[in-house]
Amino acid sequence: MKIGVVTFPGSLDEVDAQRAVTLGGHEAVALWHGDHDLRGVDAVILPGGFSYGDYLRCGAISRFSPVMTEVIEAAGKGMPVLGICNGFQILCESHLLPGALIRNDHRKFVCRDQRLRIENTSTAWTTAYDEGAEITIVLKNGEGGFVADADTLDRLEGEGRVVARYLDVNPNGSLRDIAGITNERGNVVGLMPHPEHAVEDLTGAGTDGLGFFTSILESTFA
Amino acid sequence: MARVVVDVMPKPEILDPQGKAVLGALPRLGFSGVTDVRQGKRFELEIDGEITDAVLAEVEKMAETLLSNPVIENYAVRVEDSVAAEAAR
Repeated sequence: MKIGVVTFPGSLDEVDAQRAVTLGGHEAVALWHGDHDLRGVDAVILPGGFSYGDYLRCGAISRFSPVMTEVIEAAGKGMPVLGICNGFQILCESHLLPGALIRNDHRKFVCRDQRLRIENTSTAWTTAYDEGAEITIVLKNGEGGFVADADTLDRLEGEGRVVARYLDVNPNGSLRDIAGITNERGNVVGLMPHPEHAVEDLTGAGTDGLGFFTSILESTFA
Repeated sequence: MARVVVDVMPKPEILDPQGKAVLGALPRLGFSGVTDVRQGKRFELEIDGEITDAVLAEVEKMAETLLSNPVIENYAVRVEDSVAAEAAR
């Protein structure tokens, strides 16, 4: 499958994401924020970084990039979209996912190997994992605190839309230890930690992140 | 030319780590008596022409769409008195 990875001004992790896509057995396609064109891809990844320098709010300017018109439209039709870190922030600003991400409660940038529990294995991006799988991948953020009102949080938990939860420590003040969520349909996933940095034994925290990049195939042929 | 000001503040129930940092710094500098600090943003929009209801409605839309995130922030729109604004410069 062809998986597009969008580069915004200030994206950092698009090359790692492309590499992870390739290791996951897919063709990575570079997409450009300024183009109204998804170049025929089957899925889209919005990578981490500091698009537009995090000006105004993280993801607030990128959300109105030309390419996001197409991403939002395609997501509405069921195309799988994964937003990692800054990508998660962009998805929330786009209202493709509920809630928002605010500055870490302890006010420091955090960078660590983070243990997570995968709680929803039916999204387009998580079918490769076993229900309740505990994985360790890199977390690095300054504004990763997931917040939403109590009703929204109850709904997310009640509908099984919490994709991943932090284990051991809550690294950024995210409400109910939420590290990642999905939309009602399960095709759009936002995740604060970085699976694309945990796809090879040579570097990073291991290969626990690879499942996010192999799931897409399984879910398509399921 | 007229100026419309949009104040954006984190909602009361949303944690404001930046405000907390400022609150923590004040006593260290010898300032006392401040019990809470909330930090927000102020946007000054210079508007071409007269401020009509239609213009204000448009600014409301800007505030809702881009200047604030309604999930975590509240905003208030007001027209700044041009005489007062000039005097303040």
